[in-house]
Amino acid sequence: MVEVFARSATDIGWFGLVASLALVAIVVALSIAQQLGLERTIVWTAARAMGQLLVVGAALGFVIDPDRPIVLAWAWVLLMVVIAAATVQRRTPEVRPILPLAFAGISASAVVSLGVIFAFHIFPMEGRTVVPVAGMMIGNAMAATVVAARRIVGELADKRAEVEARLALGQPWQTASRPYVRAALRTAVLPTIEQTKIVGLIALPGAMTGLILAGVDPVDAVKIQAAVMYLVLGSVATTASVVGLGLTRRLFTPDHRMVRLMRSAS
Amino acid sequence: MTPAFELDDVSVVAGSVTILDRVSLVIDSGMITVLVGPSGAGKTTLLRLCNRLEVPTCGTVRFHGDDVAALDPLELRRRVGMVFQQPVLFPGTVRDNLLVADPHAGVDACVDVLERAGLTAAFLDREGAELSGGEAQRACLARSLLVAPDVLLMDEPTSSLDELNAKLLEANTVDVVRSGVTVIWVTHDLAQAERIADRMVRLEGGRVVG
Repeated sequence: MVEVFARSATDIGWFGLVASLALVAIVVALSIAQQLGLERTIVWTAARAMGQLLVVGAALGFVIDPDRPIVLAWAWVLLMVVIAAATVQRRTPEVRPILPLAFAGISASAVVSLGVIFAFHIFPMEGRTVVPVAGMMIGNAMAATVVAARRIVGELADKRAEVEARLALGQPWQTASRPYVRAALRTAVLPTIEQTKIVGLIALPGAMTGLILAGVDPVDAVKIQAAVMYLVLGSVATTASVVGLGLTRRLFTPDHRMVRLMRSAS
Repeated sequence: MTPAFELDDVSVVAGSVTILDRVSLVIDSGMITVLVGPSGAGKTTLLRLCNRLEVPTCGTVRFHGDDVAALDPLELRRRVGMVFQQPVLFPGTVRDNLLVADPHAGVDACVDVLERAGLTAAFLDREGAELSGGEAQRACLARSLLVAPDVLLMDEPTSSLDELNAKLLEANTVDVVRSGVTVIWVTHDLAQAERIADRMVRLEGGRVVG
């Protein structure tokens, strides 16, 4: 028999899920009352999110089943990296093609951060740890890559006169671009550092919330959350650096000239 | 004396626009050559070919007889300094700016180039952002002189200055030429060109017309 009502903190039942849609109904009502014109978008977004998550949940159940080979989980991670790199490409129209570079950056950060996590047995290497941990890392690395790429192009376009003045003094492009690339990379990494700084003070982070809801002792949840946080910090810094260096190289010619840059209006 | 620069049948094409059209030109050493012409005539592009901030689509640019395409661009740019249309000072003091050109420069060398550019030693510790337009442009000239270039490229350097500061910079540049530096000066101001030019080259529509 299908359970309708919540059975525990980790299973809200189908009724719980449908009941939570009441909150979406409130947003739709607000949109109508305020004439925001967002009703269709909100309903579509909520439905799409639900559909995506159900499909992902089913697929994930298959992939992280302990009876299946772990290579399936790693294939899933690879797919996530590819999708993340494609998303970076879509969100950075100023620098095309960036997909191979984003793929390299996110992969490098996955190798480094997941390598540390599993080599030191911080988490056991199982499907149920590999996929969610990689997911958190890749999501954050992707966001940082987009910011890093856009800021690097923006900084260098804004400061073109300064960069060319440095080149004209005989500085190689690596030196001439360094102050501006550094500023862009700081912008990409700072939000993660800020989040890490205020963690627990304003909002409980996702992994920890999930664990506490699942009945894990809060101190144990904190330990896991801290490990995830450091993983995210490491992966964001690694990806931003790899993409930053690779992208900057593409914005200069081998004979130390700056290429013409396109800036996106958005 | 070997010419400072020789341009041989040089064209620069960007997309569908021809910026320079088969330009052949000799720039002699030890004098001020002024490139005049209206906006869009290709003056700045011609100047940027000389320190390889641009490269020709076809044709050859030679510096003291050597094809610039075969020279190390960083070495070339140390021998061919450039002062831009707008004064570009980096964050920090005038001394910080000078040290970007030569991180090992001593105080005496810094004061020497400041004086050649018409500024005093007191400017060393002034913040670049606090300088007037004229002072900032002279600080840029000093910064370019610190690496002891053979040639100075001046890209409409007085366009953002008042008349008094423009004439001061002209005088500083004439002094620099007397010390043996070749200058190529771009302007659309004919009166200025006549004041300072040893030789005038007129460009129009990407071609040398006189």
